Amino acid sequence: MVSIYLVMIFLGWISIYAAVYNEEHKSILDISENYGKQLIWIGTSIFIATIILLIDGKFYTVFSYPIYGIMILTLILVLVFGREVSGSKSWFEIGSNFRIQPAEFGKFATALVVAKYLSTLNIKFEDMKTKLVTGIFIAAPALLILLQNDTGSALVYGAFLFVLYREGLSGNFLMAGVAVVIVFIVTLLFDPKTMMWIVGIIASLIFIAGKRNWKNALLIGGTAVAFSGMSYSVGYVVDNVLEIHQKTRINVMLGKEDDPKGVGYNVNQSKIAIGSGGFSGKGFLNGTQTKYKFVPEQSTDFIFCTVGEEWGFLGSFVVIVLFLVLLVRIIFVAERQKSTFTRIYGYGVAAILFFHFAVNVAMTIGLAPVIGIPLPFFSYGGSSLWAFTILLFVFIKLDAYRMQLLR
Amino acid sequence: MDLRYSDRKLIIGGGFILVGLIFIIRLFFLQVMDDSYKLSAENNVLRHMTEYPARGLVYDRKGKLLVYNEAYYDLMVIPKQVQDLDTLDFCNTLGITVEDFKQRMQKIKDYSKHKPSVFEKQLSSEFYAMLQEKLHHYKGFFTQTRTLRKYPSRVAAHLLGYVGEVDDRITKDNVYYKSGDYIGVSGIEKHYEEYLRGQKGDKVMMVDVYNRPKGSFKDGEYDKLPVSGLDLISTIDGDLQAYAEKLMQNKIGSVVAIEPSTGEILVLATSPTYDPNLLVGRVRSENYSLMSKDEFKPLFNRALMAQYPPGSTFKLVNNLIGQQEKVVFPQTTYGCRMGYSAGPIHVGCHQHPSPLNLMQSVQHSCNAYYCNVYRNILDSKKSVREGYDVWRKHVLSFGFGKKFNTDLPSELKGLIPTGDYYDKIYGKSRWKSLTVVSLSIGQGELGTTPLQLANLVATLANRGFYYPPHLVKQIGAKKIENEFTTRNYTTIDSQYFQIVIDGMEQVVEAGTAARSKLKGIPYCGKTGTAQNPHGEDHSVFVCFAPKENPKIALAVFVENSGKGGTYAAPIASLLIEKYLTDSLRRPLVEEFILNANLMPKPVEKPLKKEPLTD
Repeated sequence: MVSIYLVMIFLGWISIYAAVYNEEHKSILDISENYGKQLIWIGTSIFIATIILLIDGKFYTVFSYPIYGIMILTLILVLVFGREVSGSKSWFEIGSNFRIQPAEFGKFATALVVAKYLSTLNIKFEDMKTKLVTGIFIAAPALLILLQNDTGSALVYGAFLFVLYREGLSGNFLMAGVAVVIVFIVTLLFDPKTMMWIVGIIASLIFIAGKRNWKNALLIGGTAVAFSGMSYSVGYVVDNVLEIHQKTRINVMLGKEDDPKGVGYNVNQSKIAIGSGGFSGKGFLNGTQTKYKFVPEQSTDFIFCTVGEEWGFLGSFVVIVLFLVLLVRIIFVAERQKSTFTRIYGYGVAAILFFHFAVNVAMTIGLAPVIGIPLPFFSYGGSSLWAFTILLFVFIKLDAYRMQLLR
Repeated sequence: MDLRYSDRKLIIGGGFILVGLIFIIRLFFLQVMDDSYKLSAENNVLRHMTEYPARGLVYDRKGKLLVYNEAYYDLMVIPKQVQDLDTLDFCNTLGITVEDFKQRMQKIKDYSKHKPSVFEKQLSSEFYAMLQEKLHHYKGFFTQTRTLRKYPSRVAAHLLGYVGEVDDRITKDNVYYKSGDYIGVSGIEKHYEEYLRGQKGDKVMMVDVYNRPKGSFKDGEYDKLPVSGLDLISTIDGDLQAYAEKLMQNKIGSVVAIEPSTGEILVLATSPTYDPNLLVGRVRSENYSLMSKDEFKPLFNRALMAQYPPGSTFKLVNNLIGQQEKVVFPQTTYGCRMGYSAGPIHVGCHQHPSPLNLMQSVQHSCNAYYCNVYRNILDSKKSVREGYDVWRKHVLSFGFGKKFNTDLPSELKGLIPTGDYYDKIYGKSRWKSLTVVSLSIGQGELGTTPLQLANLVATLANRGFYYPPHLVKQIGAKKIENEFTTRNYTTIDSQYFQIVIDGMEQVVEAGTAARSKLKGIPYCGKTGTAQNPHGEDHSVFVCFAPKENPKIALAVFVENSGKGGTYAAPIASLLIEKYLTDSLRRPLVEEFILNANLMPKPVEKPLKKEPLTD
């Protein structure tokens, strides 16, 4: 895991260098440029990782609640004292060059506290109360981040559904979550009436295929009615609840609005950059699209474009496989724990990393609307690199204690 | 340990891998299967910049520059890139009104918001230097270097022609030309456009998202360098052309000079003319419309487009045809008592010895003699119509009644009526040789251009053939070798020419052009008077010099100046002198011509007509 981590941050740094690359820049260590700064972040991250590995593993179980508490407090403070950067008030400014984004660390704290709470003796996930409390633990930071106007980071907390599912949450919740997303998108593509027909036909098919009794009829009928109702409300939600830029992003993603110079510009340029990479890419520092800044945000949210353009399909393939190996490895390691705490925490890590990875890559290749969240270990940014480093290395440290039963 | 849900790890892990697989498949299609993104990437980053080649230069036959290029600057605009423009300041700098600015921008935007368009054309170097200091305030505007034609010796406007911007019609038909390009519109510029224009270059530049050039693409591997246009060497003698134009000042008419041994046109002057520099650049359209309204029509190329009856010069042709058809011989004599009378027709003549033989008929230009010759030609066949057709065929072989179709700008073909024409007027077989007898002395329904008459004397000088008169002798490094350098033979055998040539020599020695005799240069000429129903007759003189081994054949037309000997012959003699000796030894003659102002006075219909000869 450590080696994958190191490979990833190295690849990330190279990509950032390529994305910002300009013949005029003197040194690759120039800290006025993103890749120079990222080098500092990488150095400090490795330092932080070392500290984490030195601290006793019990520290994290014992101090879960305090860490979470401090986190919530920080998120409230940033709402008051934070600095607004491109519409989101989610930054603390330190000096004039460096900024910290507390929301990035919120994920770590939440993963800790959920693990701690659910691993407490006498707490059974089946209890309604447990579910509620867990829900509150997860929802609180998400809501605070939503208040900062950083929708992307708030959505990440949805990733905890995976964790809860592993711990016994009914699969229906996960299914429902997926179904809601599908219905949402399909409704936007078609209209509610067509949607009702589709839902009706699917429901009838399920009913005919399954046991034909009253209970099933009621259940399937109810679900169908709920979905139809939802599809009607989608229009309302899109028109009234979502903000305009979110609405256009969704429409662009669905191909309903063609706006290559406006909002769709990001996605369009990102696809062009990745698509032009071909099978083996254009070579290091030879990516014209990223080098000449056609892709916006290319060293942060759209860093995957640089990979796609300069290293082609092979490079993208390697990066995706690296992520999958890391994720599967985390699940494997989590499953071998005797400690419930470590297992739950491990799933938290996997879920958060997966969500970031999936949404970020999907966005750059035009499979998801533009949601501004970074690609773990790749994207430029100190806060996110630190946060992911902490997230991962705490898990590695906890794994070292796997033979002990930590509560 | 709680193992109840432990197999859910498979579902979660499987989900992760499924998403990863979807990404890989999507990437495979995006990157490997679909090429359109590569194209889009190129479109994003590559800009094709047209590099304009230098248009070929035009030299005269002695290597003197007639046309060259001068740099100027176009102010270009890309509307999409215009921002934060201080419109008022901008308008003040350019000296235009805000309304004008808005109008122009609208027009440009209608064409394209992303492509560069010309906002203001042809800024001078001085203005360009001034603008350069302010240009960084005007985002979206930039300058582009182009060239304008310059004519250092200010002569030969009509034959050199001019270049102008292409119109929609041309850009539609020919992909080479883009809006704003220039093309030869007339004269040599038009005829040799393909050679002069060269080949546009294409420089492929990489630009960043702000359209800023970032260097050439792949070290210029795909660049196409512009190929300069080919230089032309014209057949024109620039000095002689200038001198001819000078002599023709304050006169209406034209001068055509041809080198008989090649058909190369030495002089093609028309008067009034204009400075070719007036039809260049921004002032062009204004000057053009001014000149097109001028009552003396300076844009009209009289040397190629004015059709006059050839007058007495045509007797040379009838003389030769008579000999060829064996209806007249060197010893044939005809008497003349102040003209020719037959039935109701009387053709007047002037005082001269009588009777005359064939050679003397040329020297004295006897009308009666040629009436006889002409009637003999027509009446020697079974029918007048047949005789006429034979005569006409001979005439056409001299290049009359048709275009030479070389590189000359818009020549007219003149008029030699067909037999059908007379059949139509008089009815079939209802006309006789007497009906058309005025053709014998070059009057009547004849139309010839000064060029055709110059070609006639060149043919006489060559004793029976001519090269099509043309204006360009060399393209780039390659001498022209085509139909221009092919002999065209007349239907007259060469032995018949000598007597005509001797007669023409006598015209200069002791005939109607005796005052234009040149010491030491025996030459052959013939005066003529082109009938002009609107006023004073036009004076014509054709000649070639020297008599042996001729170097130059000339036709001079001076409108409304009466007899050929008065003005046309002296002008020709001055040009011969200058061309053959490069000096002028008769200051009085030169002065007389330079001071002569023959521009028409307000139209006065003459009351009485002089006899139709000289």
